[in-house]
Amino acid sequence: MRVKIENLTKKFGDVTAVDNFTMTFEDGELVVLLGPSGCGKSTMLNMLSGILPVTSGKIFFDGDDVTDLPPQDRGIGICFQNYALYPHMTVLENIAFPLEIKKINKKERNEQAKKMAQLVHIENYLNRKPRELSGGQQQRVAIARALIKNPRLLLLDEPLSNLDARLRLEMREEIRRIQQETGVTTIFVTHDQEEAMSISDKIVLMKDGKLQQLDSPQELYDDPHNEFVASFLGNPPINKLNGVINQDGNFVLETGDVIKINNPQAKVGEKVVLGIRPEAIMLNQNEHDMTATIVQRYTMGKEELAFVKVGNSEIRVYLSNDYTYKVGEQVNIKLRNKGIFLFDQQTGARI
Amino acid sequence: MKKIKIGHVFTYVVLIFGALLMIFPFYWMIATSFKTAAEYSSYPPVWAPSNWLNFSNFIEAFKAAPFGRYFLNSVVVTVISVTINSFTTICASFAFSRLKFKGRDFLFGCLLSFMMVPFEMLVITNYQTVSKLRLINTLAVLIVPFTTSIFYTYILKGFFDTISDSLYYSARIDGASNWKYLWRVMVPIAKPSLVTIILLNTIASWNSYLWTSLTITSNINRTIPLGLTVFMTDAGSNQQLQLAAATVTVLPMIIIFIFSRKYIVNGVARGGIKG
Repeated sequence: MRVKIENLTKKFGDVTAVDNFTMTFEDGELVVLLGPSGCGKSTMLNMLSGILPVTSGKIFFDGDDVTDLPPQDRGIGICFQNYALYPHMTVLENIAFPLEIKKINKKERNEQAKKMAQLVHIENYLNRKPRELSGGQQQRVAIARALIKNPRLLLLDEPLSNLDARLRLEMREEIRRIQQETGVTTIFVTHDQEEAMSISDKIVLMKDGKLQQLDSPQELYDDPHNEFVASFLGNPPINKLNGVINQDGNFVLETGDVIKINNPQAKVGEKVVLGIRPEAIMLNQNEHDMTATIVQRYTMGKEELAFVKVGNSEIRVYLSNDYTYKVGEQVNIKLRNKGIFLFDQQTGARI
Repeated sequence: MKKIKIGHVFTYVVLIFGALLMIFPFYWMIATSFKTAAEYSSYPPVWAPSNWLNFSNFIEAFKAAPFGRYFLNSVVVTVISVTINSFTTICASFAFSRLKFKGRDFLFGCLLSFMMVPFEMLVITNYQTVSKLRLINTLAVLIVPFTTSIFYTYILKGFFDTISDSLYYSARIDGASNWKYLWRVMVPIAKPSLVTIILLNTIASWNSYLWTSLTITSNINRTIPLGLTVFMTDAGSNQQLQLAAATVTVLPMIIIFIFSRKYIVNGVARGGIKG
């Protein structure tokens, strides 16, 4: 189902939780609402579900205005962070509950519930109570219950944040699989950038109730519109250096060290932030844009990283495997064209 | 090691002594109800009746006063008042816990403050009300004033408050009405608290004496506790008959309590912590 949002705003008293959003999600897409805590992503989800009334703006499902429609008439399924399973009912009864409300006879609804249980791989636990299941299994039951009505839109509110790290990876892939098998348009709320990057077709990145950027994960990473987007995505995080643009169009640190950059938009004398993704830094090439000193090395699984000192700042770089660097060693640094961004120091906007 | 054990022994001795102290009156009541008049009045006292199946005291007591009728009255009053009371309590708790309406918290605060008015004071105004309604000396007078309870509403609301909002939203999105959600989800989850409330209410209703003694004047409408008191004065010195009647009175409550004591303790503890 196509979801269209027009000038959507939600205010709680003087606080604007969601500020003037306009966007469209296509049928069958998995969209992630991403942002730090308190950015308004859950508020957005609750407005889409109808739990929260909107302050102004409109919501359209397939062209129908649903802004004032009560939740039960919107044709949505929802999963909450705490799964919200009914503790006194068995797994089967939980999954079949939406059909029970629709007064579908017991035989029919149990049959459909069993099919749903198979889809989410929970068919061996039908007679258990929710408290006898693990977190991941409870999550599966909640998804099955949300899907049994054939909703036009599936809403997932931080569905993985109560699971341990391993299970989270597994359930992330499961949700992707189930979403692709059913083709249901899905909106997924999370604060975890890695989760968002790996699962989504589109990411809506929010901060303080404002839309930062709406793009595919790769575009968001490769082409951030502002400093916040660049620093929110990526692990290890992007390096940031403060400085100004000199006569030659190059970047000058406070200490006077010069980094050669190639950005025709940069104006002379402008105060800027230089963002450098760690993977955009190459060490000890023939040409170099700056020099640095290795301060500290650390290993992250198969990769080795180091902090190097440029001017007064430390930045993260990847080390190559075929040469062992020593702490205190001088290195030449060459920047790639990709993964280097200039931002305005005042506004954070991309230059 | 040894010190701890001695401590345990001491604890248990105290506990056993306390238990015996509590049990003794009950034992004495039940044992006496099976004794003959001679056994009862003998000195030194006889600890156990010679025949535990001597039901003659019960038969005689039932002949002397219409205990069957009293019993029936008690059952009717208790069942009806507890049923209505539970229903209103559930509805009120749901409204105060879940529904949003103007002045909700203020209203609930007012209700709570009414809890501080002692029952003995309410007796006067309640009496005036029921006499204007011309209910005096009917069974209805024992039911109508007890169809709502602030205290039980307070306990149940406390429990309802602990049930996560997301369950409610989930059910609403699935198409369940407030009414359906209350009976299909909230009430089953609140079963332990509800059972406690129903039990406490049943016991209170069954044992209710003061109000009954003020509003019931005819023999035929007496409930068991009132009938028993009247019988006590009539039966005079035949204490084995009195105690046989008393045994019949408390027996249903003792049976109910034995089968549900787990719920009572759980429910009270839970209600206390959360409420």
